[in-house]
Amino acid sequence: MELKGAYKIPAARELVWEKLNDPDVLRESIPGCEELEQNEDGGFSATVKAKVGPVSAKFKGAVTLEDLNPPASYRIVGEGKGGVAGFAKGDTEVTLEEVGDATILRYVADARIGGKLAQIGSRLIKGTARKMADQFFTNFAQQVAPGADVEKLDEEDT
Amino acid sequence: MTTGIGARVLRKEDRRFITGNGNYVDDINVNGQYYAAFVRSPHPHAEIGSVDIAGAKASDGVIEVLTGAEVAADEIGGLPVGWGITQTNGEPMVEPAWPILAQGRVRFVGDAVAVVIAKSIDAARDAAEMVNVSYTPIPAVIATEDAPKDGAPQVWDEAPGNTSFDWEIGDKAAADQAFEGAHHVTKLELVNQRLVPNAMEPRAAIAEFNSVSGDLTLHATAQAPHAIRLLLGAFVLQQPEHKFRVISPDVGGGFGSKIYPYAEYAVLCWAARRMGCAIKWTADRSESFITDAHGRDHVSEAELALDADGKFLGLRVNTVANMGAYLSAFGPLVPTFLYATLFAGQYTTPAIYAHVKAVFTNTTPVDAYRGAGRPEATFLLERIVEKAAKETGIDPADIRRRNFIQPDQFPYATPVALTYDSGEYGATLDKALALADYTGFAARRDQSKTSGKLRGIGFSLPIEATGAAPSAIAGQLGARAGLYESAEVRFNPTGSVTVFSGSHSHGQGHATTFAQVVSDQLGVPIENVEVVQGDTSNSQFGMGTYGSRSLSVGGSAIVRACDKILAKGRKIAAHILEASADDIEFVDGNFQVKGTDKAMNIAEVAFAAYVPHNYPLPTGDPAQDENALEPGLNEQAFFDPLNFNFPNGAYICEVEIDPDTGVVQIVDFSAVDDVGNIINPMIVEGQVHGGIAQGVGQALYEGAVYDKETGQLLSGSMMDYTLPRADNLPMIKTGTTETPCPFNPLGVKGCGEIGTIGATPAVINAIIDALGDYGVTDISMPATPEVVWRAMQEGRA
Repeated sequence: MELKGAYKIPAARELVWEKLNDPDVLRESIPGCEELEQNEDGGFSATVKAKVGPVSAKFKGAVTLEDLNPPASYRIVGEGKGGVAGFAKGDTEVTLEEVGDATILRYVADARIGGKLAQIGSRLIKGTARKMADQFFTNFAQQVAPGADVEKLDEEDT
Repeated sequence: MTTGIGARVLRKEDRRFITGNGNYVDDINVNGQYYAAFVRSPHPHAEIGSVDIAGAKASDGVIEVLTGAEVAADEIGGLPVGWGITQTNGEPMVEPAWPILAQGRVRFVGDAVAVVIAKSIDAARDAAEMVNVSYTPIPAVIATEDAPKDGAPQVWDEAPGNTSFDWEIGDKAAADQAFEGAHHVTKLELVNQRLVPNAMEPRAAIAEFNSVSGDLTLHATAQAPHAIRLLLGAFVLQQPEHKFRVISPDVGGGFGSKIYPYAEYAVLCWAARRMGCAIKWTADRSESFITDAHGRDHVSEAELALDADGKFLGLRVNTVANMGAYLSAFGPLVPTFLYATLFAGQYTTPAIYAHVKAVFTNTTPVDAYRGAGRPEATFLLERIVEKAAKETGIDPADIRRRNFIQPDQFPYATPVALTYDSGEYGATLDKALALADYTGFAARRDQSKTSGKLRGIGFSLPIEATGAAPSAIAGQLGARAGLYESAEVRFNPTGSVTVFSGSHSHGQGHATTFAQVVSDQLGVPIENVEVVQGDTSNSQFGMGTYGSRSLSVGGSAIVRACDKILAKGRKIAAHILEASADDIEFVDGNFQVKGTDKAMNIAEVAFAAYVPHNYPLPTGDPAQDENALEPGLNEQAFFDPLNFNFPNGAYICEVEIDPDTGVVQIVDFSAVDDVGNIINPMIVEGQVHGGIAQGVGQALYEGAVYDKETGQLLSGSMMDYTLPRADNLPMIKTGTTETPCPFNPLGVKGCGEIGTIGATPAVINAIIDALGDYGVTDISMPATPEVVWRAMQEGRA
């Protein structure tokens, strides 16, 4: 399943980049995030509580940042285990484009789910992922530029 | 007699079922029992690194956590396969081990990795969450058609090309020759989609081990409790049969899925024995979807050669059959001897050749599901026959009539191993045509047109082999056990009768049908006959209920036992009535001296046998004991038929399609079946109705859908897997032709599966007929509104 999105954030690209790598900001921004710690290798370990349709689970996972190209782009590779609920894996390319004083953040995510999550929640996962992405970037924008509006750009999913 | 053979007796068991008084495994609780939860793979294919059970074991209420390592250490065997296939090249099929908990690798989503045993269900499930399995996913092969391809991921190292076996039947040279001289050749490619059985009652079991006596008891919802005891005891657990009892109480549906000795049952038995306790497990619906053996899943191509008169000259079939990740107990039998042996259908096609490749994929194992191979064969044959009728412009009823095996040709040996018993296919078709008012169809189609609907009519003339099995034939074909059935008919002292059967009802109504047979044979009122089944400790070893075998094989064993009862009863009556046994006749429950009014009821004979005051007891002097009898009136019998029996029918379906939405409505369904003699017409009609509903389910609604890349079962719940409902079906019109089967004393043929086998192609043929103006010549199943609508758009383009 591929998911795409773009958001216009009223902040300079360097600031956005910095915040994207700040565990405190990420912890506040990820919906349902209970724990997020930065590891020595620069990656993160996280615990996220998520609900997909009738399946709710606590995902414990590791996230690594790859193909770092500051402040323009990186790739987030993550995998979370939700016990009996199954697993979720994601590979997200994030690019930051400077547009005047603002930054356009684009992401292309490839997500895979397995186990009961897929068995029961497949039809719902895209909507849930979309909702979680919107929440994340709304929260993130508040962290980067408190009080400012984040603008969701109309770029279609595939 | 109003309760004997042929009577519409209300089912004795229904009162308890419809008042909530059934007794299912989940209703049973053993004092001090623990509960099991299984940890299952979320990956279709992965190496197992470590299994960390520390957290789970420390969790509240948890007694034990066991993994594949303990299974291996205890030398517990893998799950056995009941039928071996010899490949075309003479090699045995590839039969990989199926450990009861995964060893090193998981091979489908749902493969069991560990079991948590705890004091409550909740504690077991919570702790199962804490078992941390480190998986390294490896590439998986999911789709049937992908499995044999070069470069496809390999499920088993020992099965190159993912092939379990390559098998063929029929005369290839003769078939090829038939095609050379053919006037017309009809070709067809089709998919028989995978189905999920969905018995109303999920699988459940309680295993109980008595450490003092060494007795192991398994309560399991099972169609064949004796077979489960044999297979689990001898091949998996090394538990001797006299210390192993399997009890299957009321069973809420099975459709084949409850035949097999599942891994969960073996795990519960092993763990209970290891721990000296009782352990209960009931599958939830999500677990059932991914662990009950699935059905069907064939990809096929077929060709039919015809002469200028529409006579079938030859049939060639090539099928890839998906076995799933492991070979289930009867998985290899389904796409071979239950499938390709039916390609003659009701027709005289002289040359038939079929090649079947059975492949492994990273999916739930596939086994028998209502019809088992025969629906796949009938779907293919009745689709290609109907397509040939369309292509040659011959009426679909007429093309079949031109090719029928005629009543005077029985016993009829087909080119694909079977010898048919009896049938009047033409008469059966005629009855169906009358029931369906075939001649009025054109007018009905016009009428539908005026209301904006497309109307179509479709035929299907199923035939199948039931009554497994003649053991000698089955053994030659690869069965690893005989397939007779057992019965015991036991008079109680005051004249009531208890009947023990090795078969076991999972909804078929044995308690009624068998009681009717006994009532009829022995002249005992039906309310005085009790049928006992499903417990290995009180019935003879028997093979269970599947393949529509219980009446023709199990019922025949009952008849044989009744014969023995009457033979002994005649001697007892002769002694008491002071007559010669040769002069005693049995009429309406009474033994009477021919030509006199001297008689005694069979209940009086039974009483005399149990209270033998005036009785020919042995004296110990051989000279005087020629006519001596042992006390008691209790006889056992086994019945092993000489041949299968061949139920057949003629099904005609009419559909209306809304051209704007593609919604298909079945507006009329006529089914005429020849199931031989009928014991209870109401039960037969019920079986046919239910069977048709299931066949309609495959045609219009059901389909197990895997994500081809991730191997996840997307249709894994009742939100995503559509089952047919009462409002999807019209009032079904049924009729019968009764040609008795000569191979069993009741003259019966199986009726449990014919409806499912016959219905699916009739529905699909009707849809294609309705869409003729749109150029549609094929449609995939399930024919959902989207599928139908798209076919219409593509056909018109």
